[in-house]
Amino acid sequence: MSNWLEITNLESIPVLGSRVVETDSIKIAIFRGKDDSIFAIKDECPHKQGPLSQGIMHGDSVTCPLHNWKISLVSGEALGVDEGCTNVYESKVEDGKVFLKLS
Amino acid sequence: MTQDSKSNAKQNLILVGNGMAGMRTIEEILKLEPEKFNITVFGDEPYGNYNRIMLSPVLANEKTIDEIMLNDDDWYKENNIQFEKGKKITEIHRTRKEVIAEDGTAHPYDKLLIATGSTSFMLPLPGVDKYGVIGFRDIKDVDTMIEAAEHYKKAVVIGGGLLGLEAANGLMKQGMEVTVVHIMDTLMERQLDAPAAKMLQKSLEEKGMNFLMDHQTEEILGDERVTGIKFTDGTTLDTDLLVMAVGIKPNIDLAASAGIHCERGIVVSDTMQTFDPNIYSVGECVQHRGVTYGLVAPLFEQAKVAANHLVELGYARYEGTITSTMLKVTGIDLFSAGDFHGDDDTEELLFHDVASGIYKKLIIRDNIIVGTCLYGDTIDGTWYFQMMKDETNISDFRSTILFGQAHLGDAGHGDETRVAAMADDAEICGCNGVTKCEIVDAITEKKLFTLDEVRAHTKASASCGSCTGLVESLLAHTLGGDYSQAPSKQSMCGCTELTHDEVRDAIRKHGLKNHEEVRRTLAWKTDDGCAVCRQATNYYLLCEYPEYNDPESRFINERAHGNIQKDGSYSVVPRMFGGMCTPQDLRAIADVADKFKVPEMKVTGGQRIDMFGIQKEDLPEMWKDLSEAGFVSGHAYGKAMRTCKTCVGDTWCRMGTQDSTGLGIKLEELTWGSWMPHKYKLAVSGCPRNCAEATIKDFGVVCVDSGYELHVGGNGGIKVRVTDFLTKVDTEEEVLEFAGAFAQFYREDAHYLERTAPWIERVGLDKIKAAVLDDEENRKKLYERFLISQKPAQIDPWKKHAEGVDAHQFKNIKITVEA
Ligand code: SRM
Ligand SMILES: Cc1cc2nc3c(=O)[nH]c(=O)nc-3n(C[C@H](O)[C@H](O)[C@H](O)COP(=O)(O)OP(=O)(O)OC[C@H]3O[C@@H](n4cnc5c(N)ncnc54)[C@H](O)[C@@H]3O)c2cc1C
Ligand code: SF4
Ligand code: FES
Repeated sequence: MSNWLEITNLESIPVLGSRVVETDSIKIAIFRGKDDSIFAIKDECPHKQGPLSQGIMHGDSVTCPLHNWKISLVSGEALGVDEGCTNVYESKVEDGKVFLKLS
Repeated sequence: MTQDSKSNAKQNLILVGNGMAGMRTIEEILKLEPEKFNITVFGDEPYGNYNRIMLSPVLANEKTIDEIMLNDDDWYKENNIQFEKGKKITEIHRTRKEVIAEDGTAHPYDKLLIATGSTSFMLPLPGVDKYGVIGFRDIKDVDTMIEAAEHYKKAVVIGGGLLGLEAANGLMKQGMEVTVVHIMDTLMERQLDAPAAKMLQKSLEEKGMNFLMDHQTEEILGDERVTGIKFTDGTTLDTDLLVMAVGIKPNIDLAASAGIHCERGIVVSDTMQTFDPNIYSVGECVQHRGVTYGLVAPLFEQAKVAANHLVELGYARYEGTITSTMLKVTGIDLFSAGDFHGDDDTEELLFHDVASGIYKKLIIRDNIIVGTCLYGDTIDGTWYFQMMKDETNISDFRSTILFGQAHLGDAGHGDETRVAAMADDAEICGCNGVTKCEIVDAITEKKLFTLDEVRAHTKASASCGSCTGLVESLLAHTLGGDYSQAPSKQSMCGCTELTHDEVRDAIRKHGLKNHEEVRRTLAWKTDDGCAVCRQATNYYLLCEYPEYNDPESRFINERAHGNIQKDGSYSVVPRMFGGMCTPQDLRAIADVADKFKVPEMKVTGGQRIDMFGIQKEDLPEMWKDLSEAGFVSGHAYGKAMRTCKTCVGDTWCRMGTQDSTGLGIKLEELTWGSWMPHKYKLAVSGCPRNCAEATIKDFGVVCVDSGYELHVGGNGGIKVRVTDFLTKVDTEEEVLEFAGAFAQFYREDAHYLERTAPWIERVGLDKIKAAVLDDEENRKKLYERFLISQKPAQIDPWKKHAEGVDAHQFKNIKITVEA
């Protein structure tokens, strides 16, 4: 069974910015949209594993800092003509706290 | 708040004329504010709107009517537009604000857009109303021609201009025997000079077209149907079909009868408004600043401006368009723009190779291209045209300009730049590995028109941009006449139609203070923009307001103050002013490298030391140590002032004339930390041997015995460019003032991501000289503004972050997951 994990305060993530959540095995980028929506995505670009957390976020996608692929934060899929997909995770905000569901 | 305005009843917008200009305006309005109007469109043709310029290829059997439809009935439905197909408007009642259709129905409007286009001008000759006498304007005309070709043999086209020749070519392709009758002794006299026109005539004759030059028609012969024509010299010519292509007549009757001021066309202001404030007009029916147009590029610009005012944004201005011409006859390459005849004040650059059928002519006034006429090899047409519009000063490459862009020492591409001759598998974009045929396929299959679209679909030219010229040539080459459809100005990115200059001007004019204000005021299409416009806008904002900073709109390198590496680690390059260092400096760097177990170090090409492979979380700690040892950031990661390279100078060197290292340090102290449109590098060489390579830097100083030579606009990167000499000065103080003033002018004038070299090539050295050299007062003002901007910029970012600013950026949230 998987559970919701409390990660951090919403306020600790800049608007249109990100934080990195690190477990023993993976890194997950948590993004915060302009309307305080939260997205969680594996911090690895489907192209060449670029750290998506370091990209520029816009709407519900992020531009990878290494070669400018655009990745959907909703589906993890590369947008436009590029092809590839990375994992996304369920996330939610309650009482100003950010929760993440792994697996 | 916006809720309110939305709940107000929508206004009625009526468009009269379902053609290219009117419908483009509607599309622009839908992009800006889809909910603003109830839109009704009247068109007297029985179709949805179509690409009129493609009628020629349809006639020549190269395209079908289906392929040239732009919007079908479903499109109007999907966009909630009431489409009155085949209904002509016969009257405008301005006081009642109604239009009356031919069936007598009245339709009220709040805003009216007139885009009635024009009609073929029919010579008022006896017999002009006979069957088989037509113009070349719409689908009906094309149908008539195709039908005539099935039953008859001979066709005559009166008019040896663009339209006439395209009609004649099409009729020939339909199997008819065609003669072109022209009143002048050379073809296309409004677009071509005599030599080019003769070459064109020869090629067309070789294709089987007949010509009767210098002939004036007097009468059209026949009973019901045309059988021939009679000329003023008494001779006659038999024909079964007569196409008149002698010019177009703006359709102004509807507007004129409603009392709207018209001359040759419907007179409009720079906002596309007629003399009635509720009535706008665009397209071939308008007259703007005394000019009427007959090509689509200007009409599309008009459409954008009209839409901008109709949705009440109210800032766009139409200021006229310089147009260029191509002929859509397969196998004939012809390009012409501007004043190709010249006068007493102009010079002519000419290349004429009769054997290979190539003719190139440029008309130059004060080293600026004012006109061009190309035949046989038109690959560089768009390049010349762009320089003509930009008023680029060509003195630097005048001697080779006729050989084309390929010859401009485009390192690595060289002669291959002639895209037409390139092999299909030739690599065009080295960064993304995109070949010629991939680009061509994308253009044809996906119907791409613009550079941005090619970038989005193929990635070609989307990275370093050095192949942009090649991709543009490929676009022009692949699209032929269609390329004129591409907007003549480049928008910043897909989120806005505005150019870099327009965004910047708006920030200044309206005092826009942040990203949200820019996107809201300028009606961005996306809420948050994208990586491209956010970074550019961020730069324009911080250039206006030196304290401004929005980290989330900056590329990661500038956010993390290091270069991101392929494995996600960072590099750290401390600043070494003028490349000078002490044993203590080196020891401090060595200690830091040991402490943080730096995997690799290197001396950079910018005379300082790079430490690679640093984990992001270690950066603040490392900066703290470096900062304590007296180092500041080297900005090796930013669109910013990078380094000032120096040579030994007169302190040690037997050739040295001045203290180049000392001056280099002063220059770096003045300029470090400055945010720029792109990277910015300086150098000072102690004598003309130029060991610091000052003549390939953005700002370079070459010391001489009597003072300091100042050079600007050099580049050692993708495309090597040697600097332009700016001036010579006597003292170090003057060097500093010029350095600051030039940097500031570049900061305020160049587009984001435009280095000094392409900037100077675009705006011309004269403009720079006028701003920083000739006008002393202006130079001092620029220098002052530079110093003001440097105050916040020289608060060392490393120290700031080491002290905890934005600490969250560098700290990951660690969690343990139970199995
Ligand atoms: C470290 C260094 C190479 C070295 O080991 O020497 C370097 C490294 C990079 N250069 Fe450079 N350049 C370095 C000196 C140069 C020089 C030589 C010089 O400055 O004298 C040039 C040519 C001179 C010039 O700029 O005119 C140079 C021309 C470029 C260009 C092409 C710029 C152009 O306008 O054509 C790029 C690409 C760009 O900026 O878009 C580039 C881009 C890069 C980037 C930032 C690639 C990138 O976008 O991530 C490299 C970062 C590597 C990394 O991961 O850290 N680098 N680069 C040099 C750092 C100098 C410094 O101390 O700051
Ligand atoms: C064969 C051909 C080839 C061309 N080739 C090129 C080229 O290569 N490059 C280029 O740039 N340009 C070219 N052009 C010119 C280009 O097509 C025109 O500049 C453009 O179509 C004009 O757009 P418009 O909207 O002003 O007029 P139109 O496209 O003519 O639209 C006006 C519409 O209004 C309708 N209308 C008029 N009065 C009324 C009324 N009272 N009520 C209702 N409807 C009305 C008309 O029926 C028409 O459909 C070519 C034109 C032709 C004919
Ligand atoms: S030339 Fe510059 S950009 Fe290219 S690999 Fe070397 S350091 Fe990187
Ligand atoms: S690694 Fe993300 S675009 Fe290449």
